Amino acid sequence: MFSQAYAAGLPIAASDIASRWDSLYNFLVWLSVFFFILVVGGMIYFAVKFRQRPGARAKYITHNVLIEVLWTIVPLILLMVIFVWGYVVYDDMVRPPSDAMEVRVIGKQWLWQFQYDDGRTTTGEVFVPVNKPVKFIMTSEDVLHSFFIPSFRVKQDVVPGMYTSVWFEATIPGKHQVYCAEYCGTSHSQMLAQVVALTADQWESWKSGKQLLGEIPKAGETAVAKVAGSSDAVTTSQGTTLVKAPNLIEQGQKLAMTRGCVACHSADGSKLQGPSWKGLYGHEVILSDGKKQKVDDNYIRESIENPNAKIVKGFAPLMPTYKGMVSELEMNALIQYIKSVK
Amino acid sequence: MSQATVTHHHAHHFASADDEFEAAKQGMWVFLVTEVLMFGGLFVAYGTFRGMYPEMFHEAHKMLSVPMGALNTVFLITSSLTMAMAVTSAQKGLRSRTTGFLAATFLLAGCFLVVKYFEYMHKIHDGLLPAGFFTNHELTNPKAPLFFSLYFVMTGLHGVHVLIGMGLIAWIMIKNQKGYFSPAFYTPVELVGFYWHFVDLVWIYLFPLLYLVS
Amino acid sequence: MSHTSAPGENYLTGPKGLKSWLLTVDHKRIGLMYLYTVLSFFLIGGIFALLIRWSLFSPDHKFIDANTYNKFFTYHGAIMVFLVIIPAIPAALGNFILPMMLGAKDVAFPKLNLASYYIFCIGAAFAVSALFFRGADTGWTFYTPYSIRTNTTVILVLCGAFIAGFSSILTGLNFIITTHKLRAKGLTWGRLPLFVWALYATSIIQVLATPVLAITLLLLIFERVFQIGIFDPKLGGDPVLFQHFFWFYSHPAVYIMILPAMGVISEVIPVFSRKPIFGYRAIAYSSFGIALIAFVVWGHHLFVSGQSEFANFLFSLITMFVAVPTGVKVFSWIATMYKGTIRFNAPMLYAFGFLEIFTIGGLTGVFLATLAVDVHLTDTYFVVAHFHYVMVGGTLMGLLAGMHMWFPKMFGKMYSEGAALVGFILVVLGFNITFFPQFILGAQGMPRRYWSYLPEFTFLNQVSTVGSWFLGAGFLWTAIYMGRALFSGAKAPDNPWDSKSLEWQSPSPPPVENFLHEPVVTEWTYEYRPSKA
Repeated sequence: MFSQAYAAGLPIAASDIASRWDSLYNFLVWLSVFFFILVVGGMIYFAVKFRQRPGARAKYITHNVLIEVLWTIVPLILLMVIFVWGYVVYDDMVRPPSDAMEVRVIGKQWLWQFQYDDGRTTTGEVFVPVNKPVKFIMTSEDVLHSFFIPSFRVKQDVVPGMYTSVWFEATIPGKHQVYCAEYCGTSHSQMLAQVVALTADQWESWKSGKQLLGEIPKAGETAVAKVAGSSDAVTTSQGTTLVKAPNLIEQGQKLAMTRGCVACHSADGSKLQGPSWKGLYGHEVILSDGKKQKVDDNYIRESIENPNAKIVKGFAPLMPTYKGMVSELEMNALIQYIKSVK
Repeated sequence: MSQATVTHHHAHHFASADDEFEAAKQGMWVFLVTEVLMFGGLFVAYGTFRGMYPEMFHEAHKMLSVPMGALNTVFLITSSLTMAMAVTSAQKGLRSRTTGFLAATFLLAGCFLVVKYFEYMHKIHDGLLPAGFFTNHELTNPKAPLFFSLYFVMTGLHGVHVLIGMGLIAWIMIKNQKGYFSPAFYTPVELVGFYWHFVDLVWIYLFPLLYLVS
Repeated sequence: MSHTSAPGENYLTGPKGLKSWLLTVDHKRIGLMYLYTVLSFFLIGGIFALLIRWSLFSPDHKFIDANTYNKFFTYHGAIMVFLVIIPAIPAALGNFILPMMLGAKDVAFPKLNLASYYIFCIGAAFAVSALFFRGADTGWTFYTPYSIRTNTTVILVLCGAFIAGFSSILTGLNFIITTHKLRAKGLTWGRLPLFVWALYATSIIQVLATPVLAITLLLLIFERVFQIGIFDPKLGGDPVLFQHFFWFYSHPAVYIMILPAMGVISEVIPVFSRKPIFGYRAIAYSSFGIALIAFVVWGHHLFVSGQSEFANFLFSLITMFVAVPTGVKVFSWIATMYKGTIRFNAPMLYAFGFLEIFTIGGLTGVFLATLAVDVHLTDTYFVVAHFHYVMVGGTLMGLLAGMHMWFPKMFGKMYSEGAALVGFILVVLGFNITFFPQFILGAQGMPRRYWSYLPEFTFLNQVSTVGSWFLGAGFLWTAIYMGRALFSGAKAPDNPWDSKSLEWQSPSPPPVENFLHEPVVTEWTYEYRPSKA
C-alpha cells in the first residue's frame, strides 16, 4: 500500500502518460547517477591518487583540445536526445483527444469546485470514468492556483480571467490525490481534492445519480466500492452533497435568455446584431481587422467580458461589457451552451 | 570620483587624468545601458498590451493632446541642443557661456514640466486615471484604463528623470560658476550632457508611442 | 616577491575609529563591511530556515500557524536571495579581492562603491522593516495577483528589493570599469585570474538584468498604490506577464549567484593542485556563454503557467544549452586535479564540497529543463531541493571556499585547519541530509510552500529537519573558529598557499594602497611550473 506506491520514489503511475513519464524520469536518474560517479568519483580518485606526497611533482598541462571538444559535444548530443524525448511526451500531455469528456473546474481560496455537463457540481471530489480521456477546463476566481495530480504526472496553473486545461486518462480506479501547487495564501497546503476514477459500473450509477456506497479506496489499494439504489441527492464519501440541477447546457440556455444575449445572438444561424452561435464553436471567424480567430473558451469569455476587443467582420461594436456580471459558474454554463449550438 | 578642488587632481588609483576621464565616460555609458533596460521593460509592457488590444490603444490615445505633446517635444529637442552647446563651451573653457547654456537647458526642462503638469491636471479632471481610479465615461472600451496606467507610469518615470536632470544641471551650473571646470577637467558637464540626451531620447520614443497611435 | 608588512601600516590598522570605517572609500574595508552585513542577514535568514524545518517536522505538530509559516518562508527566501546570495561573493569577496587581483589601488569609483554599500543597507532596512509591521507572505517571487491582494506589508519588501537592486547595478558597473581601466602593467585579458573573468561576466548580468527587476518591482508597487492594473486580471491586466518580467531578471540572477562561486573554485583548485587551470579559455568563455544564454531561458519557469506550447518548446531547447558550458567547467576542474600534487587545505575541501553538491544541482537542473518531466516536478520539493543544491550548495560552498582561501589575506591571521575540517564535514553532511530527501519528496508529489502535508511525507521531512540541525551546527562551528582565529589566530604569512595571483604578492593584511610596489605582471596567473613538493 503505502510502501508499494512510494517504494520507487514515485507515486503510482495511473495513466499511460504517467508510465511513459516514469521511463523518461528513470532514464534521467540513471544518466545522472552515471555522471555523478564520473565527476565525483573522478574527483575522489584524483584527490587520493595525486595527493601531495614527498617527491611528487605536478605535471604541467594546460589544455587538451580533443578531450575538451569531446566533453562539449557528447553532453550536447545527450541533451538533445533528452530534449526531444521530453518534448514528445509533453506534446501528448497537453493534447487531449477530441472525444475527451469535459469537466469544468473552478479554483478559489481554498477549494476546488467541479461543474459537470449534467449540471451537478461537487467540491473537493471530482468523479470521472476510468479508461476514458477526461479534460478539465479550469479557471480561478481569485489568485493563481495550480491543479496537480501526481499519479497522472500532470499539472497546470489555474489563472483568473482565462481558461487553461489539463487532461488525463486514468487506468487505475480509485482516488487520486490532487494538490494546489501554486502558492495561494493561508490555506494553500489544505487546498486538496481527489480525482475519483470510477469503474464502468460505478460510473454508470454516478451518471444516473445513484449513491456510491462504501469508501472508495485510494488508487492502487484493494477495497471495492459498492453501488446502491437511486436517490436524487447523493452523498459521497467526503460528505459532499450533490444537488441535482438542470444540465449545464440548459442552465446556459436559460442564462442566455434572462441576460438578454438572445436579443442579438441567434441559435439558428439567422443574422441579428451579433454573430449567431450556430456552428460557431471550434471554427475560425474573420475579425474586423482581417485576422483569423479560433472560437474557443477563451475567445467566448473575452467576447462576454470585453466585447469590442475582437469584433467579427461585418458586425458593429455594439455589445456592452458583462464583466463582473457573470459568475464563473454561469460563465461556464454559457460557454457550454454556446458550444452545444451546432 | 575626485576631491573637489578648483584645480582638479586625478584620483590616486588612476594612472592619468585622461584615464580617469575615460573611466568616468565608460561608467556613464554602462549606467545609461541600465536606464535603457529599465525603460525597455515598460516598452515591452506597452508592446504586449498594444499587441493584445490595438483598437483600445487607438481609441484611448485620442484623449491625449497632440499639440501639448508636440510642444514638449520641441522643448526637449531644443534643450538637447543647448546642453550640447554647454558641453562644447565647457570644453573650450568659456565659463559664462557654459552657465548661459546650462540655464537655458534648465529653463526648457522647466517648461516641459509645466506643460506636463497641465496635461496631468486635465487628465485627472477627466477621470482618465490608472485602472483602479479610472472614472471617465467617454471611453467605453473596458480595457481603456490600462492605457492610462501605462501613460502615467511611462511619462511619470520620464518626468522623474527630467526632475533629476534639472537637479544635476543646477548642480554643475553652480560648480561652473565657482570655477571648478576647465578644458582639462569638465567631466561632470560631459556626463550630465550624456544623461540629458538620454532623457530626451526616451521622450522621442514616448511621444509617438503614446500620442500618435495610428 | 615576499615582503613582511611593517607593523601598523595595513588597511585594518590605518585610520582609526568608527567614522573612518563608515566613511571609508577603501574597497577592502567596504568589502569587509559587506561581508559582516551579509553574514548577519545570513544568520537571520538561517534562523527562519530552521524554524520552517522545525515546523515541518511532523504533519500535525505545528508550533506556528499557517500565516506565520507563510511569512517565515517569505522572509527566508527574500532575505537569502536579495540580501545574502546575490551580494555575498561579488560585493563582499569581490570588492576585497578584485582590485587586488588586478594590481589596482582601488576600484574605479571608490565613492560610488561606498554609496552602493549604503544603498544596499537602506534596501535591507526597508525589507527587514516589514517584520515589524504586518510582514509579507507572498514568497520571494511576489506572484500576481496574490501579491496585489494580500493585506501584508509586502510593499516594504518590494521597496527593499528595488533599492538593493541599485546597489547591485552600481557594483557591477564599478567592477566592469575597474577591470577595463585598472589592470596592472602586463596583466592582459589572457592572463587574468578566472575569478576576475567570472566577476566580469556577473557584472554584465547585474547591469543588464537588474534594471528589469527594478521596473517590475516598481510596477508591482504601483499596482498596490495606484491600482495600475497591468498585472491584475480584475482590472484587465495579465498576471502571467508579471512572471515573464520577474523571471527575465530572476533567471539571470541565478547566474549572478553561481558564476562568482565558479570563479572562486577556479582559483582554489589550481593553487591547491599546484597545476595550471585546465582549459583556461574554455572556462573563461563558458562564463560568457552562460551569461548570454541566461537572458533567453526565463520561460522555463513558466512551463505550466499557460504559456504557449511553442514557447515551451523553445525555452526547453535553449535551457538545455546551459548545461553544456556548465559541464565544460566541471570537467575542466576535475581535469585540473589530474597529475597534480593535491593539498587538502580548507579551501580545497570546500571546492570538493562544491563539486559534489553542484554536480547534483546541475544534473537535476536537466530534469527540470526537460518539458514533460518539469510538468510533474515544478512547484514541488524537487525544485526546492534543486535550487538549494545550486544556489546554497553552489554559492555557499564557493563563499566558504573563498573565505577560507582569503581569510589570511584579509585579516593576516590563520584559522585552525582541524576545526575547518570538522566544520566542512558538518556543513556538507548536513546539507545533503537536509536537501537530498527533498528530491524524493518532490518526485512523490509534495508541493512546495506547504505548511501542512499528508502523513506519507512525514519520514523524509523528519530526515530533512534533522539534517538542518547539522547544517546549522556546521555554520555555528565555522563562525566560532573563524571568530577565534580573528582574535587569537597565528600570524599569517603573506602568501600561505603559495599562489601566483597578485593579491598574494602583497603583505597580509595589505597596506591601505594594496601594494608596497606597483605590481608588474610578466606571466599567466596559473603558471604553476612543476617543482618538488
